Amino acid sequence: MLASEPSVWRPLAGGTDVMVTFSAGKLSHHNFLNIWQLSELRGIVVSEKEIILGALTTYSDILSHPLVCSEFPVLAAAAAETGGVATQNRGTLGGNIMNASPAADTPPALLVYDAEVELTSLRGARWVPYCSFHTAYKQTLLAQDELLTRIRLPRSAAGMRHQFRKVGTRKAQAISKVCFAALADRHGEEIRIAFGSVGPVPLRCYRTEASIRQGQDYAASLAAELSPITDMRSTAEYRMRVAQNLLAGFLNHEQ
Amino acid sequence: MPRTLVQLQVNGVEATVAAWPMQRLLDVLRDNLHMTGVKEGCGEGECGACSVLLDGMLVNSCLVPACQADGAHITTIEGLAINGELHPVQRAFIDHGGTQCGFCTPGMIMAVVSLLQRNASPSDADIRRAIAGNLCRCTGYVGVVKSALQAHQVAGEAERESVR
Repeated sequence: MLASEPSVWRPLAGGTDVMVTFSAGKLSHHNFLNIWQLSELRGIVVSEKEIILGALTTYSDILSHPLVCSEFPVLAAAAAETGGVATQNRGTLGGNIMNASPAADTPPALLVYDAEVELTSLRGARWVPYCSFHTAYKQTLLAQDELLTRIRLPRSAAGMRHQFRKVGTRKAQAISKVCFAALADRHGEEIRIAFGSVGPVPLRCYRTEASIRQGQDYAASLAAELSPITDMRSTAEYRMRVAQNLLAGFLNHEQ
Repeated sequence: MPRTLVQLQVNGVEATVAAWPMQRLLDVLRDNLHMTGVKEGCGEGECGACSVLLDGMLVNSCLVPACQADGAHITTIEGLAINGELHPVQRAFIDHGGTQCGFCTPGMIMAVVSLLQRNASPSDADIRRAIAGNLCRCTGYVGVVKSALQAHQVAGEAERESVR
C-alpha cells in the first residue's frame, strides 16, 4: 500500500502520538494504515553481537526484558520515563522514532548505543545508522514507500558507566526540557553523549566527545553542537545551562 | 467515512458496535456502550482518567482507535464489582480516603488493579510509579497510595480472581 500510494498512507502503531493530534483535528493525514497487528514487527531477538528489536516493541516490552534492562540500561531508563504505565503499554519504539520529535526520550539512548534502523519496502530492506536518520525537524531518511521495521543495537556497551537524565516538569507524563544520555568506559577512553530537546533533531555530540577525550574545553564544543530554542516548555538559555550541567555532572563522577 | 463493525467484549459481555475506525475507544465505551464510569480528563493520554484494561493491559482509552479494539477484552470500572459486591480496591478507596470528587477515581482504581495483577505486594514506591500516569487534583495522592497499600493487604488472591 505504501508503494502504490506513496505519502497517502500513514502507518498507525500504538497511536499514543497520532491519536492526540488526530483527535484534536490537527493532522493533515486522513488515511491510516493500521500496523498494530503485524506480529513480524514484534519481538526482541538476542544474538551474540547484537540485539534486534521489532519496530512494534513497546516500552513495556523493553522494561520486561531482563537482558535489555541489564545491557542497555539507558534505553530502559528512557522507556521507564516516557509517559506512564498506560502509555508504555501502547507506545512503540518505531513510533517514537518515526514521530521524530526532537524531544523524544528514546532517541538519545539509541544514539549512544549506536543504533541502526531497518527501512523496508517492496524494493528491499536497508539498514541506516540511526545517527544519520533524522535530517531536519520532523524529517527523516525514510522514503515514502518504506516502513521502519527493526532497530539493531550492537552489544558493545555492556558494563559501561551510564546515565539517563530527563529534565521536565513532572516525574512522569512530561515532555522533556532537556534529555541526556551518556556512556563512558571505566578508563575514560570511550565516551558517548547524546541530547534531546536541544536542537531540531536528537543529537549525538561527536565533537564534544572528541574534546573530552583530548582533554580540551568541552563546554565550548557542547555550546557549538547544541542549538536549543525557546518554546512553551523552556528557554534556550535554560536548556543550554542545564545541558552543560548534566554533562559536567556525568563527567565529575569520573574524578 | 463509513463506520465499521467492531466486536469487543466489555466486562465479560459481548458487544458489536458500529464505529468509525479512528473513533476513540473512550467514545465507544461512553457513547455506544454507556460505560460512563470511564472519564475524559484531557483526551491526550496525560491524565489517566480514561484508563481501562485492554486484554489485561492498562491503556488510555482516549488513545486507542476503535479499529484496534476489535476482538479485545475490555475491563472498565463498571466491571470490577461482582453482583453488587465491591472489588477490594474499590472498598479500600472508600475506606481509606482514596477518593474525594471521584473524577480521577475510576482511572486511578484501574491503575492500582493493574499493578496488583503484576505485583501482589507493591511498595509505596511501586504504587507511586504505577499511578504516575494518573492526575488527581483533590487528594494529594496520599489517600490514594494508602488505599492501594490497604487493598493489597486485604485482597490477596481475590484480585487475581475477580478481574477478568
